[in-house]
Amino acid sequence: MSETANKAESTRQAPVCSPSGTTVDAGEIDKFSAMAADWWDPTGKFKPLHKFNPIRLTHIRNEICAHFGRDPNAPRPLEGLRLLDIGCGGGLVSEPMARLGAEVTGIDAAEKNVKTALTHAAEQGVTVDYRATTAEDLLASDIEPFDVVLNLEVVEHVADVDLFLKTSANLVRPGGIMFVATINRTLKAFATAKFAAEYILRWLPIGTHDQNKFVKPEEARHALEGAGMVVEPPVGMTYQPLSDKWHVTGDASVNYMITATKPQLS
Amino acid sequence: MEKQADIIVAGGGLGGSLAALALSHQGFTVCMVDAAPPADKTLPDFDGRTTALAYASVRLFRRLGLWDDLAADAGAINDILVTDGRPADRFRKGHQATGFLHFDSSQLAEDTPLGWIVENRRLRQVMNAALEASEAIRVIAPATVGPVETGPASVSVPLSTGETLTASLLVAADGRRSPLRERAGIRTLNWSYPQTGIVCTVAHEKDHLGIAQEFFLPSGPFAILPLTNNRSSLVWTEKADRAGSFLALSDEDFVTEIEKRFGPYLGALSLDGPRWSYPLAFHLATKFHGDRMALVGDAAHGIHPIAGQGYNLGVKDIAALCDVLAEHRGAGLDIGHGTALAQYDRWRQFDSASLAFGTDVLNRLFSNDNPALRLVRSTGMGLVNRVDPLRNMFMKQAGADLGTLPSLMQP
Ligand SMILES: Cc1cc2nc3c(=O)[nH]c(=O)nc-3n(C[C@H](O)[C@H](O)[C@H](O)COP(=O)(O)OP(=O)(O)OC[C@H]3O[C@@H](n4cnc5c(N)ncnc54)[C@H](O)[C@@H]3O)c2cc1C
Ligand SMILES: C[S@@+](CC[C@H](N)C(=O)[O-])C[C@H]1O[C@@H](n2cnc3c(N)ncnc32)[C@H](O)[C@@H]1O
Repeated sequence: MSETANKAESTRQAPVCSPSGTTVDAGEIDKFSAMAADWWDPTGKFKPLHKFNPIRLTHIRNEICAHFGRDPNAPRPLEGLRLLDIGCGGGLVSEPMARLGAEVTGIDAAEKNVKTALTHAAEQGVTVDYRATTAEDLLASDIEPFDVVLNLEVVEHVADVDLFLKTSANLVRPGGIMFVATINRTLKAFATAKFAAEYILRWLPIGTHDQNKFVKPEEARHALEGAGMVVEPPVGMTYQPLSDKWHVTGDASVNYMITATKPQLS
Repeated sequence: MEKQADIIVAGGGLGGSLAALALSHQGFTVCMVDAAPPADKTLPDFDGRTTALAYASVRLFRRLGLWDDLAADAGAINDILVTDGRPADRFRKGHQATGFLHFDSSQLAEDTPLGWIVENRRLRQVMNAALEASEAIRVIAPATVGPVETGPASVSVPLSTGETLTASLLVAADGRRSPLRERAGIRTLNWSYPQTGIVCTVAHEKDHLGIAQEFFLPSGPFAILPLTNNRSSLVWTEKADRAGSFLALSDEDFVTEIEKRFGPYLGALSLDGPRWSYPLAFHLATKFHGDRMALVGDAAHGIHPIAGQGYNLGVKDIAALCDVLAEHRGAGLDIGHGTALAQYDRWRQFDSASLAFGTDVLNRLFSNDNPALRLVRSTGMGLVNRVDPLRNMFMKQAGADLGTLPSLMQP
C-alpha cells in the first residue's frame, strides 16, 4: 500500500527522468508476451490493430508531413526523420514508418515482442532498431531526442501514466512532434471498446484492457503540457459497424489520438 | 527474395489487361502473364462479343487514357427500352405490351449516356497498345502460371517459360475456370443456365438513335445494343436445346428468325460478320482472396448477361483493388498482407453477390411464359416505370454507379 503511495508521491516531485520510477506493469507485459507470436496474423488477436492501421498510419503520416513541411504523397515522405515508437509490440507501426523513410527506433518492455518484431522486419527487408527497454531507461541512457515520438495504444497498459507521458515528451527534440493514441475513459468506451471489442466481437482476448486504466484526453493533455508540450485537441478514430470501417472523426469518446508539438528553443 | 515487380497479374483477358493498366497507373510495377499471344487476341475470330461499358466504368477508362482511342468506335446508349412479351403478340396491331420500361439518360444527374457498346476486339486492341507502351508493365505471353508459393513477404509463381516471377501480390485474372482459384482451394457457388447466348452484329437501314432494346421473350432476353455506323449488336439468349438449330441455319433463314424477334423498327436487316455462341453459367467465389492473392473479374464471378454487367463488375473489382492497395502503400504497409486483401474482399463480395443473384432472379422471372409470372412482371415493371427513385436506382445500377464507388470510378 505504502509503496504505491510512495510511487505516486515520487512522480509528483521527482524529476521525470527519475530512475526510481517505472512505467512497467508486470502483469500487462506478461499478457503481451504470451501473445507475441500473433502480432502479424491478420486474423489473430491483433486483427483490430491491423484493420485500424491504414487510417491511423495515414493520419500520422499526414500530420508529420504537415508539421515538417513535406509532401505526404512522396514515395518516402518521412525520409531522414528520426522516429521513436514506444510500446512498439510486434512492429505494426514501426515497420510501415520505416518503409515511409523514417529512421525508426522501436522499444517495448516485453522482450518477446521485440524478438517477433525483429524477425518480421528481417523477413520484410525493413530496417528498424528494435530494443527491449522502457522509455525511462532510454531517456536515462542520454540518447539524442527524436523528431517524432509515437505512443500508440500503450498508455492504457502502463503503471504510471503521468510519468510515462512526461518521459515520452522528454524524448522529443525541440521542434519535434509526438502522438498519443488510446481509449477514452467514458461509458461509451467502456461499452464499445471493452465489451464490444473484447467480449462480443471477440476481437481482443478477454482481459486485454482494464477499463480503469483508460485515460481521458484532459489527463493526457495535462501531463503533456506539464512537460512543455503544445497539445492539439484530440481527434476521434471511430469504428462504423455497418461499413465495417474506421474513420477519423471529431468523436473522441472511444478511440482518440492527440498530437503534441515541442516548441523550438528560443 | 528478389522481386521482379510489385504485382503479378495472371491472365491477360479484358480483366487482366485492365488490372495491369490500372495498377501501373497507381504507380505499381506489374508483370502480366497470359496464356494467349497478344496478337491472337485481336484476330477477327477470337472474340465476337461486344461489351456494354457502364458510364461509371468509362470514367476509369478515361482516367487511364484509353477512352480517346475507344470513343470513335463506341455506340452511346441514350435510352434503354425494356419490353416484356412474346414476339407474336408484340407485333400484332393495337397490341399493348404486358410490361414496359423506359430508362432515359437525360434523367441522370450527370450529362452522360447510360453506357457505351464497345466491340471486345477493339477493347483488346486499345489495351494491347497501352500495355506495350507502358514502361511499368512487362507482358509475358504466351506463358501459363504454375503452382503458387508464398513466403513471409512475397509470392512466387513458376511460368511455363521456365522463369519464376516473385512479387508482393498476385492478381488472379485467369477467367471463369481460374486455375489459381482452384489450386488455392477457394470454392465457388455455380450452376449453368439451360440457355445459350447467341451473339452477332447486324446492319440495319434506319438509325437506332442510341436506343438499347431488351425484349423479354419466353426463351430468354433478346438484346439489341446500339453500335456505330447503323449497326447493332445482338445478344439473343435461347434455350440451349434450340440454339443449335438456329446456329445451323443459312444466313438468310437466320436473319428471318432475327426479324421475327426484332420487329421492323430499324428497317431491313443484314448480318455483319459471323455468329457466335456462348454457354451461359453462374459462378461466384466464396472468397475473393487467398494468401497474397486477389481474385478479379471472371475468376471471382460470372453472371447472366441479361443486364450486360459481367465485365463492369470486374472493372469495379480492379478499381477497388487500386484504392485498397494505394491506401496501404501510402501508409507504408505491405500490399500483400491479409489485412489489405480482407478489406478488398469485404468491399467486393457483397456488391458482386447482390448483382449476381439479382441478375439470376431477373433471368428466372423473365425467361418464362407462365401467366402468373407475367402478371408479376407487368406489375413490377409498371411500378419501376412510374416510381422515379426506383427507376433511377435501376439506371444507376446499369451505370455501375451504385454502392461505394472506388475513386477511379467517381465523377
Ligand atoms: C454472351 C456474353 C455477353 C456478355 N456481355 C457483356 C456485356 O455486355 N457487358 C459486360 O460487362 N460483360 C459482358 N459479358 C461478360 C464479360 O465478357 C466477361 O466478364 C469478361 O470478358 C471477363 O474477362 P476476364 O479477363 O475476367 O476473363 P477471361 O476473358 O476469361 O480472361 C482470362 C484470361 O486468363 C488467361 N489464363 C487462364 N489461365 C491462365 C494461366 N494458367 N496462366 C496464364 N494465363 C491464363 C486466358 O488466356 C485469358 O486470356 C458477357 C459474357 C457473355 C458470355
Ligand atoms: C496494445 S500494444 C500496442 C502496440 C503498438 N504500439 C500498436 O499500436 O500497434 C501495447 C504494447 O505496449 C507494451 N508496453 C506496455 N507497457 C509498456 C511500458 N511501460 N513500456 C514499454 N512498452 C510497454 C506492451 O508490451 C505491448 O507490446
